[in-house]
Amino acid sequence: MEHYLSLAMKAIFVENMALAFFLGMCSFLAVSRKVETAIGLGVAVIFVLGLTTPLNQFLVENFLEEGALAWIPGGESVNLSFLSYLVLIGTIAATVQVVEMAIDRYLPALYGSLGVFLPLIAVNCAILGGALFMVQRDYTFGEAAVYGVGSGVGWFLAIVALAAVRERLRYSDVPPPLRGLGITFITVGLMAIAFMSFSGIQL
Amino acid sequence: MKPVRDLLDKIHPHVSKGGRFQAFGSLYEAIDTLAFSPGFQTRTASHVRDGLDYKRMMFLVVNALVPCLLVGIWNTGFQAFSAIDAGAVPLADWQNALFQAIGGVYDSSNFLYCMLFGLIYFVPIFLVVHVVGLGIEVITAQLRNHDVSEGFLVTGMLLPLILPPTIPLWQVGLGTAFGLIIGKEVFGGTGMNFLNPALVCRAFLFFAYPAYISGDAPWIAADHLGVDGFTGATLLAQAAVTEGVLHTQNWFAAFWGGIPGSMGETSTAACLMGAGIVIGTGVGSWRTMAGTALGTIALASFLNFVGSETNPMFGVTWWWHMVLGGWALGTVFMTTDPVSSSYTDSGKWVYGFGIGALCVIIRSVNPAYPEGMMLAILFMNMFAPLIDHFVVRRNIRRRLARSGA
Repeated sequence: MEHYLSLAMKAIFVENMALAFFLGMCSFLAVSRKVETAIGLGVAVIFVLGLTTPLNQFLVENFLEEGALAWIPGGESVNLSFLSYLVLIGTIAATVQVVEMAIDRYLPALYGSLGVFLPLIAVNCAILGGALFMVQRDYTFGEAAVYGVGSGVGWFLAIVALAAVRERLRYSDVPPPLRGLGITFITVGLMAIAFMSFSGIQL
Repeated sequence: MKPVRDLLDKIHPHVSKGGRFQAFGSLYEAIDTLAFSPGFQTRTASHVRDGLDYKRMMFLVVNALVPCLLVGIWNTGFQAFSAIDAGAVPLADWQNALFQAIGGVYDSSNFLYCMLFGLIYFVPIFLVVHVVGLGIEVITAQLRNHDVSEGFLVTGMLLPLILPPTIPLWQVGLGTAFGLIIGKEVFGGTGMNFLNPALVCRAFLFFAYPAYISGDAPWIAADHLGVDGFTGATLLAQAAVTEGVLHTQNWFAAFWGGIPGSMGETSTAACLMGAGIVIGTGVGSWRTMAGTALGTIALASFLNFVGSETNPMFGVTWWWHMVLGGWALGTVFMTTDPVSSSYTDSGKWVYGFGIGALCVIIRSVNPAYPEGMMLAILFMNMFAPLIDHFVVRRNIRRRLARSGA
């Protein structure tokens, strides 16, 4: 239990997807103008990460890894790990489709405000990043689930904080050449400095 | 004052629009309003009538910082002399050469020599901060057609207080420039930033040049690294390594400020005097400070209760947390920064509580950064707008419910 707790803390704070690894930047920067929208996208990312990471873990462990097919007669020597990118992306894309349909059906207002960025979660680097970290670190199914949800929560916190800061910065007097994306990049950089308070924590 | 007024009036046509020295307009304006109260009156309908303008408010905070400043200057000398008493050698820098040239004696019991030594280290840092900082303020004001803002006064006063005495002056200049330009001016200047510029500067130096602002060496202005049985590390850094080191220490020494640390942060007593001034005049928010204290008490007691076999920081009690490191200075003067903190009253409680709790967490679980206050404040600065957002949402919901809509 304690192991899972520290894994979750690590995923949320120490190895924050957005502010420590700078993954998922495109939607992080583009959908952070309003807090409400950011919350919507953040929840969608938590959901997709929490779903796909353990799913991918299951697939990798039981079908793709070297020797994973040992349960089929003659499968001991088969190594399908060259297919892993394809499978990881495929799983993510399919999950995003399902989430998209669900949001369209039950939360049409949110669907409208997320716009094109909802299907784009499929190519959100944070999601694939989560899957690849999971493979690289040899997480078990339980660890993968905790890690997926944890890094989703970390990304959610980061984008919601950024959106609130940007709402406040709307009253700022930013020099014209920096307006828009420029000042957002600087803001994200400063936020990353603040997030460095957790770097180096061993859990 | 009459000759000064006459002189300023004589210069005025040259620096106003179309004059020969138009480029110095904002500098002129800054000097003029620093020396005299502006004679402008609001002509149209206004909502706020208050004699307390921005400049007076900033000066109040600067005055409240004076006790910290004085104790800091004395302590710089006291720490160096105490180290020298224990066997350290004076540093071979120009500050010591100057000190010896004017006949200074390394005597830790002599108050005046301590002050003199401290001044020799403090004044250059103070000057660099102000030359670089005011230069940036004047240039940006001119470029962007503002007046020079008084917000820099507090930043410029706080900055030297949160740096160690031995920090190289070029780093002071570089850090000041980073903090002011990236932390403040790119957002449009005073009142429009979202992080505290003084802390941005310190965090920048902390991550860029860690050897000069953490560890054992920088806190004492004497070469003490080879001395047996003597350590120049801050008490927090010692407490993080050795179990029970605080039991051998005098709590009151830490309270009054005779311990190693950044120049102005060591004395909790001086910060309390400052707190009295800023709370009494209503400039600083007592809610934020109370929230921070509560957060520290809650988290420190919790960690005391949980305990840890391997991490001695878990055993540090809240009354020690409050007198160590930057806690007192940060709580009184930085969490209450009206720009980067939460704006709403109930938000201030949450914001303060978060800082207090996070400070204890970072100090306890992150071995790399025993001085957690700076990072805790920066972190909560980042979440302050979000806290406000939810407080405002809740108020809207409550009012809707009350009016039966």
